[in-house]
Amino acid sequence: MSSHAIELSGVSKIYRRYGGRQFATLKSALLQRSILRDLRPEETFPALTDVSFAVPKGITFGVIGRNGSGKSTALKLVAGITKPTSGTVVVNGRVSALIELGAGFHPEISGRENVFINGIMLGLSKREVAARFGEIVDFAELKEFIDAPVKTYSSGMYMRLGFAVAIHVNPDVLLVDEVLAVGDEGFTHKCLDKFAELRRLGKTILLVTHSLGLVERFCDQALWLDHGRAQAQGDPRRVIDAYLASVEKSEDAQLAAATAKAVAAVSSESAAGPTPPLAAEPARPATAQPDGELKNMFEAVEGRWGSREIEITDVALLDKSGHRSFVFHSGDPMAVRLTLMAHTPATDFVFGLSLFNADGVCCYGTNTFIEEMDPERLEGQAEVTLSIESLDLVEGTYKLDVAVHTCDGYPYDYHRLLYTFRVKSRTPDVGIYRPHHRWSFSPSVRFKSKPETA
Amino acid sequence: MRKNLLQLIRYRGLISSLVARELKARYRGSVLGFLWSFINPLLLLSIYTFVFTVVLPNRNPIAQPYAVFMFCGILPWNWFSSSLMEASGSLVSGGNLIKKVLFPAEVLPIVSVLANMVHFFLGLLILAGFLIGYRHWPDPAGLVWFPVVVLVQLVLTTALALFLSALTVHYRDIRDLLSNLLMFWFFATPIIYPWQDENVLRYKSLFDLNPFTHLAVSYQEILFFDGPVGHAKWLLALGAVSVVLFLAAYWFFDRLRDSFAEAV
Repeated sequence: MSSHAIELSGVSKIYRRYGGRQFATLKSALLQRSILRDLRPEETFPALTDVSFAVPKGITFGVIGRNGSGKSTALKLVAGITKPTSGTVVVNGRVSALIELGAGFHPEISGRENVFINGIMLGLSKREVAARFGEIVDFAELKEFIDAPVKTYSSGMYMRLGFAVAIHVNPDVLLVDEVLAVGDEGFTHKCLDKFAELRRLGKTILLVTHSLGLVERFCDQALWLDHGRAQAQGDPRRVIDAYLASVEKSEDAQLAAATAKAVAAVSSESAAGPTPPLAAEPARPATAQPDGELKNMFEAVEGRWGSREIEITDVALLDKSGHRSFVFHSGDPMAVRLTLMAHTPATDFVFGLSLFNADGVCCYGTNTFIEEMDPERLEGQAEVTLSIESLDLVEGTYKLDVAVHTCDGYPYDYHRLLYTFRVKSRTPDVGIYRPHHRWSFSPSVRFKSKPETA
Repeated sequence: MRKNLLQLIRYRGLISSLVARELKARYRGSVLGFLWSFINPLLLLSIYTFVFTVVLPNRNPIAQPYAVFMFCGILPWNWFSSSLMEASGSLVSGGNLIKKVLFPAEVLPIVSVLANMVHFFLGLLILAGFLIGYRHWPDPAGLVWFPVVVLVQLVLTTALALFLSALTVHYRDIRDLLSNLLMFWFFATPIIYPWQDENVLRYKSLFDLNPFTHLAVSYQEILFFDGPVGHAKWLLALGAVSVVLFLAAYWFFDRLRDSFAEAV
């Protein structure tokens, strides 16, 4: 026997879609003489592509990845529920899959009978179930309800019983798919303790989860799947970091697309019609106002208006290395660069910017007028950059207003909430502003030393 | 395929407990509970008896007492038809088992057939009561054939159940088609009329094509008519055909097996 509990080599799984529709009907199949054709797959969808990994005996192996990345398919292949289209799956030892808890419980019959049938389904003999029955019921904490029909159980009780049966099958290889959220806090701890116990007994655990913390805490190795391909594998910390970096990147791309769409929408709108007559309104510079009426960012309309004598042709958010980005870390530098085109030379101009969080609160607003810069002349193409040395905001999504207008508020080009960016933070602190800070304590206060991986 | 067939034997514990569950669950929560297994056929029987002895009296002297004659055919038919109806939907309704648990799919249609077989056996008790009540004793020599005919029907029904259940996964309207087909099939089988009737004999070759004719006639000869079981030859032939059908259906089922988890 090899030292690996699970070995996948070059495994691909292609799902088939039959006839491109949900259910074929025999009537239509007969009418179109397509019985054989309908049974043959037409479209295919690759759920896993050439995935290889080996899980040594006795370790806990985490699989992470976005929704639809093939994690559950991988688990089903290991469980033997589906067969790989190509490649081989080798599993040494008895497998128990915590995929669907209580699948196969019959609602009408009692918990006791269901435990027996479920246990037999999972591969135990009747005698083996009988021997473990007490333990199972204790674990599920269902002593007084075990003879009631399962249909009277709450969903938590149902899950607990399913979990208890599956985990008492005494598997060599335990497959866990995102099921730790089944019970209350106490039960979750019990499950984790049980996992730890199985680990001590040298069982192999394959854990599919979105909870990166769990992977970091529990797993000896991890695998990151993306679009059915293995992206990284090995030390959990490293794999998680790689995964997070990629999540950030795709978030960035999403924000970029959303921003481009918003800008395109308002630009084509205002190009078509006349601009709203906002010029008469404020005597004070518009961008410097804390927006009092604005209760919620989502109620505020994105928009663009102004005479366009001076036009903002591009707005770029730049990260510390000067690249366009939409995702920043709290405390990182950020620069907002406006590219402008003055169609006629101007002597009266103010550049402004304000920043809103998701609740529509203006986090910060400023312009060149309030900062007492006296305009002299602007003509042709120009660039204006506002550099923020340290973006001290808490985690969240923020939107930007940028504008160029005259000193008394007549707008040349006003971009309202068109630009979105995200701020990420390792600390889940709250509020809006995250000042640079540090804690200090007198010697009588002591904390446990934290491991590096916080 | 051979490996899977052999595995089926390993799953007998699972099959038997699922059959028990099926039977328990069916009547759990109903006041009369298991008595329904008796009441259903009894009610059916009294309706048919009323219709065919009072409203449309069947005057064929061979088939008297009519209630007993008809019951001999209806019991196995009920086993057959409800097995097929239940089996055809079994994979779809057991979908979460197939998708989420490592579970041999063929167990589900087989359980449908076996659970209905148990009902059939319970119905036999009522039939025995009728036979005693009418003092109509079957020929003990013929009774030897009884296990044979049950076995042949079991194989035939399982074959069709496997085939239909696999097909229903892909063609959901099979169930609707099937209920109509079974209705037609019922009247095309000599169950409520004796096959010795001269009007029936005129189409004998057509009736011979219907496999259930041979089962129904065999049951009637064993349990109802006097004399030797003249239909034994037909029965054995049907048995052979059923085994072939079973293997073919199992092969078909096995071929489609991998598509179940994705299509249900």
